[in-house]
Amino acid sequence: MKNSLGREIPEHIPGYKEFRLYEGPFKYMPEHPGAAKKIKVAKPRDNKVLASIDEAIEKTGLHDGQTISFHHHLRNGDYVMKMVVERLAAKGIKDITIASSSISSCHDFLIDYIKDGTVTALETSGLRGELGKFLVKNPQAVKKPTIIRSHGGRARAIEAGELHIDVAFMAAPTCDRRGNATGRIGKSAFGSMGYAMIDSAYADQVVLVTDNLSEEPIYPYSIPQTDVDYIVPVEAIGDPAGIASGAIRITKSPTQLLMAKYAAEIMEQTGCLKQDFSMQMGSGGASLAVAMFIREKMQAKGITGSFGVGGITGIFSDMVKDGLFKAAYDTQTFDTTAVKSFTENPNHLEISASFYANPWNNGPIVNYLDTVILSATEVDLDFNVNVITDSNGMCIGASGGHSDTAAGAAMTIVVVPLIRGRLPMIRNHVQNVITPGETVDVIITDRGIAVNPLRKDLLEKLEGSNLPLMTIQELQQMAYDMVGKPEEVKMSQDDKDIVAVIEYRDGSIIDVIRKPLDD
Amino acid sequence: MAKTLAKPATAGFEEKNDMLVQVAPNPGKGIEVELTSSPVIKQYGKHIVALIEKIAKDAGFSDVKFQVIDKGAWDYTIEARVVAALERGMQA
Repeated sequence: MKNSLGREIPEHIPGYKEFRLYEGPFKYMPEHPGAAKKIKVAKPRDNKVLASIDEAIEKTGLHDGQTISFHHHLRNGDYVMKMVVERLAAKGIKDITIASSSISSCHDFLIDYIKDGTVTALETSGLRGELGKFLVKNPQAVKKPTIIRSHGGRARAIEAGELHIDVAFMAAPTCDRRGNATGRIGKSAFGSMGYAMIDSAYADQVVLVTDNLSEEPIYPYSIPQTDVDYIVPVEAIGDPAGIASGAIRITKSPTQLLMAKYAAEIMEQTGCLKQDFSMQMGSGGASLAVAMFIREKMQAKGITGSFGVGGITGIFSDMVKDGLFKAAYDTQTFDTTAVKSFTENPNHLEISASFYANPWNNGPIVNYLDTVILSATEVDLDFNVNVITDSNGMCIGASGGHSDTAAGAAMTIVVVPLIRGRLPMIRNHVQNVITPGETVDVIITDRGIAVNPLRKDLLEKLEGSNLPLMTIQELQQMAYDMVGKPEEVKMSQDDKDIVAVIEYRDGSIIDVIRKPLDD
Repeated sequence: MAKTLAKPATAGFEEKNDMLVQVAPNPGKGIEVELTSSPVIKQYGKHIVALIEKIAKDAGFSDVKFQVIDKGAWDYTIEARVVAALERGMQA
């Protein structure tokens, strides 16, 4: 079967539920109720603080075949997933599904626990590192294909009851003895707990794992005591070096800066840079560098913006501090500067993944974005964007908020170099689609800019522009003239070799990741 | 009269967008190209091997063994490295 983007999807995907094919960004209208939180009764003065992860596993009654969840706010410094999975294995518990809001290279250890049968399925936004390589080469090492969801799609799946979490193990930089938790303070402070808020609100049982148990009441809190079953104090929940990078600096790469400059120009020439505008900048080098050019233009025009969304970096929180934007809506705080802003600046607001991007609520903040600037591993002639696999079909990225913001924003700009190494980045068809081309408006490369022909309004506004505008086909040809036309990478068509299912944010199937064939 | 190599030689580096070319005499066995590794082997592997064979033939060589480690070099780099390695190998 083909979905509306022409991607070939098998009728039945072994190990995956009955599904809908992707038909368009706002086609499917659900009419069913969502999931309900399991009812709990706590007794006066119940003690939630346990001695160990082992005790938490025993108290929650965690057993074979269940789904446990984690958040990825500790990024590449996370210790908590390993702490839990090691103890599950030690207790001989098998067949566990790990539903983490994302997976980083610090989770490569999962390979061992997939091999011994402790973990048999994954649901995540990202798949990369050695684990990504392992699953791409050995799709049959797990019982089910990995489910790739966007941040908004994951919040939706939890709230709609499609992703049911038996036990959520939530790393908490600080919490009190009743379970009120925050990411603002503590030695492992990481800022917003946006992803953890949804897991805590819907999981059957919630275990906080903390390295700063406070005797004082904690407020403001991101997770309320009313959601928390147990608390396990540990020595450390993460490695500070991997949790937050130092202040993220603007790139010095001339290509990245050129693309950033083009993006700021496009915003100005299409009238997006107006009083009270809103925007999100992705985490790529070029998309972040746009901030520098935007700042100059805003000051020159004497305008201020309304809000920014993210993935907040110090680069953006400094713009809020300097009065250039009124507010930052933050699901995930990226660097130490932004964590400091999150703690000190009342205009730096914490939001859940659902508030951020869930397509099935009354208005995620992405719906109110004027412009989003995003990166890509590759794009294609239909403006489809890949951010999960590289041109060899290897899993190296994450869905993140890419498709959510692209669907919500009035203008979606994707920045990507025309050629990486020797590979042209404008393909006939991307290896995998994360974000459908109908939600992508402008593709900026270092050699030229292509506007989606569907956006006649933008093309009109850009008429007579001094920018290097051309068709996407002309851009592709320019790359071919330099490096030649690449041969297609051959993928296994066997349904048993499906590595992952890519859900669009509304839960429909936009693509599947297949195993590349060896030559 | 075809040109021949006097000794093994190398040119280039294992750096991004470059290529390390090692050549050696290959008496009576023709031009053989071994592309040991390349990040674009699936997309450009056949093209790279054919290009190296063509450069060697056009330069007048008939019996050369190539061992090549590619790091995503473009054609003009490949040509420069191959020609340089061949010329170095001709000097006794």
